[in-house]
Amino acid sequence: MTEFPRDAILVVVEVQGSGGLEQAAAGLLGAAAAVGTPVALVLTPPGAGSAAAAEAAVLGAARVLIVETTDPSVLGVPSVDALFAAVERVRPDAILISHSLDGRDLAGRYAARSRAAVCADAVGVARDEEGVVAHHSVYGGAYNVTSASTFGAPVITVRQGSIEARATAQPEESETLAVTPSEKPAARIDSFEEEVGASSRPELRGAAKVVAGGRGFGSQEQFALVGQLADTLGAAVGASRAAVDAGYVPQSHQVGQTGVSVSSQLYVALGISGAIQHRAGMQTSKMIVAVNKDSDAPIFEIADFGVVGDLFKVVPQLISALQARKKQ
Amino acid sequence: MKIVVLVKVVPDTYGDRKLNLETGLADREASEAVVDEIGERALELALSYADANEGTEVVLLTLAPEGATATIRKGLAMGAGSAIHVSDQGLRGADLGLTAGTLAAAIRRLEFDLVITGNISTDGSGGMIPAMLAELLDVPHATGLSSVEISDGVVSGSRPVESGVQQVSANLPAVISITEALPSGRFPNFKGIMAAKKKPLEVLTLSDLGIIADDPEAASSIMLTVTEKPPRAAGVKIIDEGDAGEKLADFLVENRLA
Repeated sequence: MTEFPRDAILVVVEVQGSGGLEQAAAGLLGAAAAVGTPVALVLTPPGAGSAAAAEAAVLGAARVLIVETTDPSVLGVPSVDALFAAVERVRPDAILISHSLDGRDLAGRYAARSRAAVCADAVGVARDEEGVVAHHSVYGGAYNVTSASTFGAPVITVRQGSIEARATAQPEESETLAVTPSEKPAARIDSFEEEVGASSRPELRGAAKVVAGGRGFGSQEQFALVGQLADTLGAAVGASRAAVDAGYVPQSHQVGQTGVSVSSQLYVALGISGAIQHRAGMQTSKMIVAVNKDSDAPIFEIADFGVVGDLFKVVPQLISALQARKKQ
Repeated sequence: MKIVVLVKVVPDTYGDRKLNLETGLADREASEAVVDEIGERALELALSYADANEGTEVVLLTLAPEGATATIRKGLAMGAGSAIHVSDQGLRGADLGLTAGTLAAAIRRLEFDLVITGNISTDGSGGMIPAMLAELLDVPHATGLSSVEISDGVVSGSRPVESGVQQVSANLPAVISITEALPSGRFPNFKGIMAAKKKPLEVLTLSDLGIIADDPEAASSIMLTVTEKPPRAAGVKIIDEGDAGEKLADFLVENRLA
C-alpha cells in the first residue's frame, strides 16, 4: 500500500438511500483541494462502494477509502468507527465533514472519542503556518471568526452550500478500508422512507437562488405564487417563520435563525417584513430583492432592489415578464 | 423514569447580538439572556411525559455563567423537579469538547434514563453536544427527532435527513435531540413560579465534577480572529407605478439572475 500524502485532508462523504454521494460532497472536496490533497472516506450501504468511489474521484478526491456498512440499520456508530480507522491510516492535517445532521453526529462522536478539537459550522477553510484553520460566519453573518485546533488535526464541519470552489477530477485510486467495530450501543433505523422526487425544485439548503414568501400572502392557496416565481427562476422555495406558523408551507422551508440558513446568489423576499431572526438566515446572500407593501419594512434596509407594492400585482407581472424574456 | 433536560442560556435572537471583539466571547451585557427556545421544547417534551406518567423525575441541566440563575428558575417554574447549574470561571469560552465533557460528568452523577436536548443552539449553531454526550456516556443517540415516543425502556421517533425520513428507536438509557417540529414550551403559571422558589437548584463547579479546564491531553478549538462585518447597505427602492414587475425582471436579467 502506498503512503498517503503528507498534506492529506480527509473528507467524509456518505451515500444515503438509493442516490449517489450526498450533495455536500463537491463543496467539501473543493474546500479540501484548496488547502491540501483531498482523500475521501466514502461511507455507503452494501454494494454501493465502487460507484461512490468513482464519483468522489470525479469530484476531486486524489485517494478514496471505501467503507461499506455491514448493517445499515445501525445509526451513526459504524461511521464513527470507520472515521477512526481512516484517520489512523491517513494521518490527515484536517477532517472535513458536512454540517448536516448525520455529519454533526459523526463529528461530535468522533471528536469526543479521539479528544480532537471541533470547528463547527465553518463557511470556509484556509491554511496558515500552523495548520488548517476554519472560517465561520457568526450570529447570522454579523461577525467573521476564524478558529483552529490547539494541536492535532481539527474536525471541521462545513455549512452546506457555503463552498463554491470545486476541485478538478482525479484518476480514481481507491481501496477498501478494514474497520474494527467498537460495538458501542447505538440506535436502530427501523425504517426509511425516501423522499420521492415529487418536486423538481432545488433543495433549499445550499440553493443558488431562493424565492421566499411571508405572511403577506394571506393563505396557503395564494402562497402558491411563491412556487410559480421559484419555478420561473429555477429557485428553491423558502418562507418566513410567520408563513410557516400560519401553515402556508411545511417547517422545512423556514429560513432564519431557527430554520435553514441560506447564502444564495439571489434571495427574493416576498411579503416578508424582515424580522431580525429572518435576516439572520439570509443576509449573507449576494443579491437580495424584496417586495412588500409596507415601505417601512426592515427587509428594505438590506435589499439591493426593493419594490413597495402589492405582491399580487407585482409578482404575476414579474413572472410573465421573465417568461416573455426567455422566449426572446 | 429520570429525564435530564439540557437547556442553554443564549442571547435573545429577537435583539442585536454582539461579540466582544477583543475576547471573541459573547457580549452578555449587549442582549437579554433567555433560555434557547429549542431547550424549552425539549423541556416541554419531558414535562408532557411526566404529566402522563407518575413517578417521572425531570432534572434541568445547564452550563452557564453565574448570573443565569433567574433564567434557570423559569425552567423550574415550567415544571422541572430540580435543576443543576454548572458554573465556573474555567468554562469561560469553553469549546465543544470541554462543554460536552463537563455536561457528561454532571449527567453521570445521576442515574438517568433519558437525556433530551435541542438539536442545535441559536448562538453557537454547533449541534454536536447530543452526539458527544452519547459517546462519552456510552449510550445510543437519536438526534434531530421531529416526533418522539417514550415508552418503557425504549425511545423512538421520526428523524428527517437529507434524502428522506428515518424511523429510529433506541434502548434506554439514551440521548435524544429534538427539532422545532415539537410543541413549544408551556408558560409558567403563578403556582409554578411560587413552587420554583422552593425547588432544589444545585450549583456545581468544575472541581466538583473532577474536570480540568485545560487538560493537556485534549485538543481544543481556539478562536484566532473575530471581526465585525460592516452592515449591509440598502440599494434601490422603487414604489410600484404599475410596472414594478417589468423593472424587477429587467434588474434580474441585467444581473444574470433570471
